[in-house]
Amino acid sequence: MSETAMTRREWLLTDRPQSRLQARLGRAYVAWRRFTANRLAVVGLLIILGMVFLAIFAPLLAPHSPYVGDLAKSRLMTPGPAHWLGTDDQGRDILSRLIYGSRLTLQVVLLVAVIAAPIGLLVGTVAGYAGGWVDAVLMRITDIFLAFPKLVLALAFVAALGPGIGNAIIAIAITSWPPYARIARAETLTVRNSDYILAVQLMGASPWRIVLRHIMPLCISSLIVRVTLDMAGIILTAAGLGFLGLGAQPPLPEWGAMIASGRRFILDQWWVAAAPGFAILVVSLGFNLLGDGLRDALDPRGSGQ
Amino acid sequence: MRKPAGRAKRRASARLKSVAGFLVVVATTYLGLLAVTFFIGRVVPIDPVLAIVGDRAPAHVIERVRQEMGLDLPYYQQFWLYMTGVLRGDFGTSVLTTNPVMADIRRVFPATMELATVGTLIGAFFGIPLGVLAAVKRGSLIDQVVRIVGLIGYSVPIFWLGLLALLVFYARLGWTSGPGRMDVVFEYTFTPVTGFFLLDAIITGDWAALRDIVSHIILPASLLGYFSMAYISRMTRSFMLNELGQEYIVAARAKGLSETRIIWGHALRNAAVPLVTVIALSYAGLLEGSVLTETVFAWPGLGLYITNSLQNADMNAVLGGTIVIGSVFIAINLLSDVLYRMLDPRTRTR
Repeated sequence: MSETAMTRREWLLTDRPQSRLQARLGRAYVAWRRFTANRLAVVGLLIILGMVFLAIFAPLLAPHSPYVGDLAKSRLMTPGPAHWLGTDDQGRDILSRLIYGSRLTLQVVLLVAVIAAPIGLLVGTVAGYAGGWVDAVLMRITDIFLAFPKLVLALAFVAALGPGIGNAIIAIAITSWPPYARIARAETLTVRNSDYILAVQLMGASPWRIVLRHIMPLCISSLIVRVTLDMAGIILTAAGLGFLGLGAQPPLPEWGAMIASGRRFILDQWWVAAAPGFAILVVSLGFNLLGDGLRDALDPRGSGQ
Repeated sequence: MRKPAGRAKRRASARLKSVAGFLVVVATTYLGLLAVTFFIGRVVPIDPVLAIVGDRAPAHVIERVRQEMGLDLPYYQQFWLYMTGVLRGDFGTSVLTTNPVMADIRRVFPATMELATVGTLIGAFFGIPLGVLAAVKRGSLIDQVVRIVGLIGYSVPIFWLGLLALLVFYARLGWTSGPGRMDVVFEYTFTPVTGFFLLDAIITGDWAALRDIVSHIILPASLLGYFSMAYISRMTRSFMLNELGQEYIVAARAKGLSETRIIWGHALRNAAVPLVTVIALSYAGLLEGSVLTETVFAWPGLGLYITNSLQNADMNAVLGGTIVIGSVFIAINLLSDVLYRMLDPRTRTR
């Protein structure tokens, strides 16, 4: 038994992989070993997986409806056996709302990442590869967005577009792509004059093909690390917008908006506002731990400190 | 003889060039800031004309006001008017308060600056020693504490922590005062001079008011200070680790200097140069963090002004506030860059 495990390990760690697949699996294995050596990073991964699990199976896991509460009998109840985390001012079960709220949080995080990361990747790689005035113009635009305070810019955008979770996502995405562009450009500059790019150029590949097929894949890993580290910030910004009444609108169980509605009862029924804030803290912490772990595993250069 | 003169000349012209490049960068960034706020102001679904005359005004009145506001002009002319207005400090009139936005901002801005300044002072006061200790005793308990404090600082929603702080320290324990800058009692007797209430109370010698102001500012400022501390201690730790690995530290040890002197006198002194930049940036970050903090603590500063205006669709006020915060951001970035060049002799020769 141990012998097969050993050979599998040797197969993965071999210096002379026989196929591309073997090489890739080997590298993934090394990264995974480095990642799991970091306990906190594994905790972060478990938190995120737990949240994804809650979001997927919310209807099965939530004990009550997140939208309909018993106004007559169960307003602002203390946590107890019937409602583990108590109820809010409309008699809704807070635990159920938190579970459904994980769907909104996940939606915000994923959509912002899906919108902002490709924009940053494209802007950065094109600027880095093209150089000259294209680079100058694109990077000036990037710097302009970087010069803005993120939350305030997102606020101004939501003010213009109107409140709502969709507009909040757009506003956050608009304010979060510039760092990705910077990273992608820096990565592009390091590989731009390397031999393999020259080889592809000699074979007559078009600039677009080079950028898309040969440069972008190299930027992905550092971008993933940065996006994961940013996710906590994205969650906090979305919650802040929700708290100010500019993000998800009632009766959606968005965590920031739940804190805002629990704010009125903070002195007597403190758990109404405390529970969603704690959920935000745990999930943000999860993303930060995961991001730190990924950075150390995928990018050994940055882990020196 | 000719050669050094030529080199000096070349160096002077290189410096002139770098200053010019610097100015161009600042100018285009500012232009971009204005372009973005202008764009936001135009895509807003609320018609600014209707906001003034109301939706029951007759068509010819609407048309006249539209012309008076210059909204019938082509966009580039509108942008020109907007830009020249902003550069003269004219952000238009607030629909909510009916004052010029600039006057409103001038009134509320000192409150935000006072909060951010006290917050940064608290953050630096605790953050730098913590970061130094964490670097010196790497892997020890204090290093872990700094790491955890930092992680939580990056993960906690500031407005939630503010609510809990109010609940515990104001409502339950009664150690501090509640929301606002000072009690109503003092509002009639207290005379603001500079707008920074802490300074004002000291200038006028109003000690009762000073106590009240301190007990109001301590909670929101500590909250902002915590976030600033999380950032400053993390950066201090990494700068210090960098310095402690250098050869001059080995040389100092070989000379027999005391460890205290090496750490605080030699290493920290060199780490202080990049730290100035970090503190400046954290100050800028606190100006932003104050938007949510001020809402929780009913602190009458720029953040509360912006969020109040947002809720009332007062776009002039929102954009005015955005431009002011954006300008301060640019200015602080610039300042920290200049400070860095002044403090670090290695960057001067280039």
